[in-house]
Amino acid sequence: MDYPLTEEQQMLVDSVRAFVEQELAPHEAEVDRTGEVPDELGAQIKNKALDLGFYAPNLPASVGGGGLDYKCLALMEREFGKTSYGLHGYVHRPSEILMVCEGEQIDEYLKPCVTGKKQEVFALTEPGAGSDIMSMQTKAVREGDGFIINGKKHFISSPVIPDFAILFAQTGVTETPRGERKLVTAFLVDAGTAGFSIELGPKCAAQRAYHTWQLTFDHCRVHESKILGEQHQGFELADQWLRMGRVWVAAGCCGKMERLLGLATNWAVERKQFGQSIGKFQGTSFKLADMAVDLKASDLLVMNAAEKADNGMMKNEDAAIAKLFASEAVGRAADSTIQIYGGMGLMEELPIERIWRDARLDRIWDGTSEIQRHIISRSLLREAGG
Amino acid sequence: MKILVPVKRVIDANIRVRVKPDQTGVETANVKMAMNPFCEIAVEQALRLKEAGHAEEVIIVSAGPEKCQETIRTGLAMGADRGVHINTETTLEPLAIAKMIKAVAEKESADLVILGKQAIDDDNNQTGQMLAAIMQRPLGSYISKIEKNHDGFAITREIDAGLEKLQITSPAVVTTDLRLNEPRYASLPNIMKAKKKPIDIVTPEQLGVDISNRIEVLQVTEPPTRDAGVMVSSAAELVDKLKNEAKVI
Ligand SMILES: Cc1cc2nc3c(=O)[nH]c(=O)nc-3n(C[C@H](O)[C@H](O)[C@H](O)COP(=O)(O)OP(=O)(O)OC[C@H]3O[C@@H](n4cnc5c(N)ncnc54)[C@H](O)[C@@H]3O)c2cc1C
Repeated sequence: MDYPLTEEQQMLVDSVRAFVEQELAPHEAEVDRTGEVPDELGAQIKNKALDLGFYAPNLPASVGGGGLDYKCLALMEREFGKTSYGLHGYVHRPSEILMVCEGEQIDEYLKPCVTGKKQEVFALTEPGAGSDIMSMQTKAVREGDGFIINGKKHFISSPVIPDFAILFAQTGVTETPRGERKLVTAFLVDAGTAGFSIELGPKCAAQRAYHTWQLTFDHCRVHESKILGEQHQGFELADQWLRMGRVWVAAGCCGKMERLLGLATNWAVERKQFGQSIGKFQGTSFKLADMAVDLKASDLLVMNAAEKADNGMMKNEDAAIAKLFASEAVGRAADSTIQIYGGMGLMEELPIERIWRDARLDRIWDGTSEIQRHIISRSLLREAGG
Repeated sequence: MKILVPVKRVIDANIRVRVKPDQTGVETANVKMAMNPFCEIAVEQALRLKEAGHAEEVIIVSAGPEKCQETIRTGLAMGADRGVHINTETTLEPLAIAKMIKAVAEKESADLVILGKQAIDDDNNQTGQMLAAIMQRPLGSYISKIEKNHDGFAITREIDAGLEKLQITSPAVVTTDLRLNEPRYASLPNIMKAKKKPIDIVTPEQLGVDISNRIEVLQVTEPPTRDAGVMVSSAAELVDKLKNEAKVI
């Protein structure tokens, strides 16, 4: 990346890049073809990541995490973004939400996620509640010293079957000047709890080796000690996590774009038609120029959001702007790269069609492009009194 | 045992090297630099010997401009203990480097010096050999294996005819071949620790070494571009082309 990095940041990038190139990338085509990461391979990647301190880099050193700042994390995500998320998923970055664990929750949920002993999922989306998360139907009703949960979550992703879910469920309503508002609480629900079932979700065209799960809660009883954070504060918690998640998606898009630009540029030099390199035709070379501009702009937006986050100044719209721009830019870059490669661009023996499919997801998860535009425009209008 | 690992800062192996327009050398301004890959193998081997309990300390040394400290840090981030930077802006030749390494090796009483067999920029493949000669120490060049034993080191060398197994006494100098090991990735904790590890800075004058150049570079040019190959349909056609077109047989 063309950005002034400190010595430490550069060493981190070099080390993670070598790790991705040697330990993950060689398997990306195969796991995409089969849609599965073999258990041994997943374990091997995870163990190496644990040894190298790349696992849970986002959580503070005080709980055993890497304690990296947001800029360093963005740089890591950028390198991992170059390869399959199915493989990257084994180098886990646990939900930062888990930092609000208290008492026994710390040893039972937070720490095992840092050491790789447990894998959590972040369960917010429902079949009937995607972008409109407030329409959530999953309910947790108080009964004695616990809650009875009923509802369904889908598209809940994790490379492996999760050990527990950070579940968001409706626990009440409150009156606001704008009408009724649902109150949501986050719960830690263990796999295997009676009434909680986990099924593999449908196959996805993007990130084929990654999995989504469908979680069903049928009179599932959880003790009140399983509330994560404060009761009724689930939305506020989710929001905090979603913001940073958007920056990570954007950083991954930058990694993909860098890879695409490298591939496209090489091909523009190597491939000859009409007696010259196709890069000599402006129809090709201007696409490269546009990709380079998109990449640079995306990188700057990501680093700006990360720097603001490090200073406690990042706003929702900073993350939304970075995510919106980078995810749309990587879509353009993937499309241009295929165009520059011609028919070869669509062949499965090259990584391009895979990156093209994978990149499509980046405009959907962690909030669709439309939702990002909504966040950005709302902040503008609000400031103007709208 | 103390191990000294001299490392060289070179243009990153993934970068396309370009000749300067005035043909005095290659373009290094704003080009990504990295540790010479054979030196990485040397650092890795030193660390493995230390981890196996054979060495107490691994010291990285590099000669060149201030930026060399970044390369030393890379070695420290892999796990080496400390660094020595020989600070000079002068272009260095293998003999001058060997003399400076000798001075550092003697000052540090290093029992083993592990060098890369060559650097991927100049491809000289001289420094290790010169160092062993001027230090009057046994040399194991192009090693693909090294083990510490009570007499010194059991080494395996990669030679044209195959593998040569030798026993050399300590103190010694060895140079690494590609198959010796696969260098580790710098771990996150080690990257964070690297900054706090000490790097001593010395000058060639302090080491008492005359580094004035003995070689004059006249001109650096791009290698000739290779023409595209042709497919031949039979061995007979190949022989015919080699005889009549290429005129090599
Ligand atoms: C592979 C994968 C992994 C996922 N992982 C997780 C996970 O781990 N946890 C989790 O909770 N969720 C996860 N999700 C869910 C993801 O966050 C949602 O898919 C996403 O938020 C969009 O919701 P939706 O798919 O229901 O689309 P919808 O919300 O139904 O949107 C459909 C279309 O309507 C548009 N639209 C909706 N509302 C508006 C509006 N107000 N203005 C303009 N346009 C609008 C959308 O932009 C979109 O174009 C995952 C999804 C996928 C595909």
